[in-house]
Amino acid sequence: MRQLIFLFIGILFGITMYKSEAASWFRIYEMFQFKSFHMYGIIGSALVLGVLMIQLIKRNKIKSAFGETISIPDKEKSFYRYAYGGILFGLGWALAGACPGPMFTLLGAGFYSILVVIFFAVLGTWVYGRIASKLPH
Amino acid sequence: MEWIFKPWPWFIGGPMIALVLFLLLYFGKNFGMSSNLRTLCTICGAGKSSEFFNFDWKKQQWNLMVSLGAILGGGIASQWLSLDSSVLIHPDTIAKLQELNIESAGTAYLPDELFSLEALLQPKVLLILAIGGFLVGFGARYAGGCTSGHAISGLSNLQLVSLYAVIGFFAGGLLMNHFLLPYIL
Repeated sequence: MRQLIFLFIGILFGITMYKSEAASWFRIYEMFQFKSFHMYGIIGSALVLGVLMIQLIKRNKIKSAFGETISIPDKEKSFYRYAYGGILFGLGWALAGACPGPMFTLLGAGFYSILVVIFFAVLGTWVYGRIASKLPH
Repeated sequence: MEWIFKPWPWFIGGPMIALVLFLLLYFGKNFGMSSNLRTLCTICGAGKSSEFFNFDWKKQQWNLMVSLGAILGGGIASQWLSLDSSVLIHPDTIAKLQELNIESAGTAYLPDELFSLEALLQPKVLLILAIGGFLVGFGARYAGGCTSGHAISGLSNLQLVSLYAVIGFFAGGLLMNHFLLPYIL
C-alpha cells in the first residue's frame, strides 16, 4: 500500500517533468543561454514554496502521515565535494540535457536512446563508489 | 481542462514540483532522484566489492517506486496529455541551434540529431550520450545529490552546501553550453 503511494507521487512527478518541458534537452540548452525565464521560473517557484513549506513544517513540528516527526537531515559540511561534483554534474547535465529524474520520464515517453544515458549514469555512480576514497571531499 | 494538453507554464510546473516535495516529506521521505542510481548499482551486486554500495537496498524501494512512477508519468503525459510535443524555445536559441546543425530545434521534444534511434548509430552521438550520462551519475554522487536533492530539496532546507553544489551545476553547465558544445555538436 505504502509503495503505491510512492508510485503515485512518481507519476505526478513524471507528468510534471514532461509537461513543464523540464525533461527537454532544448529547455536545458535555452536555460544555459539565458534566453528564457521558463526553467528559472520552475526552479525558483518550487524553491520559494519549498522554503516556506519546510519552515512551516519545522516551526509547527508537523507530523508525517505515519505519525513520525518530519525530519530533513542536514547535508555533510564540506566544500570540495560539492564544487567538484557539482561542476562535473553540470557538464553532463548540459551535454545530455537530462538529470536523474527526467531520465526516467524520457524513457517512459518512448525516447529509448535515453537508456544509454541511464546505463552510463549508473556506471558513473559505480565508478565514483569505487574511487571515492581517493578523491578530495 | 484544456491547459493540461498544452505545455505547462513555469507557474504550474514549479508549484507541482513543490507539491511532490511536500508529498514525499509528508510520507516520511526526502526528495532525491540520483540515489536510485546508487541503489541500481547495489541491486546489480556492487555491494560485494565496495563498502559504498553495501547497504540494504530494500530500504530504498520507495524511491525506486518514485522512479517507476516517473517512467509511467512520462508515458501518460506523452501519450494522453499532449497534442503537440514541440518545445517552443526562444527564436534566438532555435537559430543558434540550427547553426550547430540541430535542425529539429523548435519542432521536437528532444533533438532528433541526438536522440533518434538512427542517430545512435553514429559514434559521436553515442559518445555524447555516454559521456553526458557518465558525468551526471559520477557528479551527482560526488556532490551527494542532483537537481532534486540539492537545487530543490537542499536549497529549500537552506543548506549552504547545496548552494555550493548548485553553483557548481551552473558553472559546469555554462562551460559545456558556451565553450564545449559548439565544438562537440
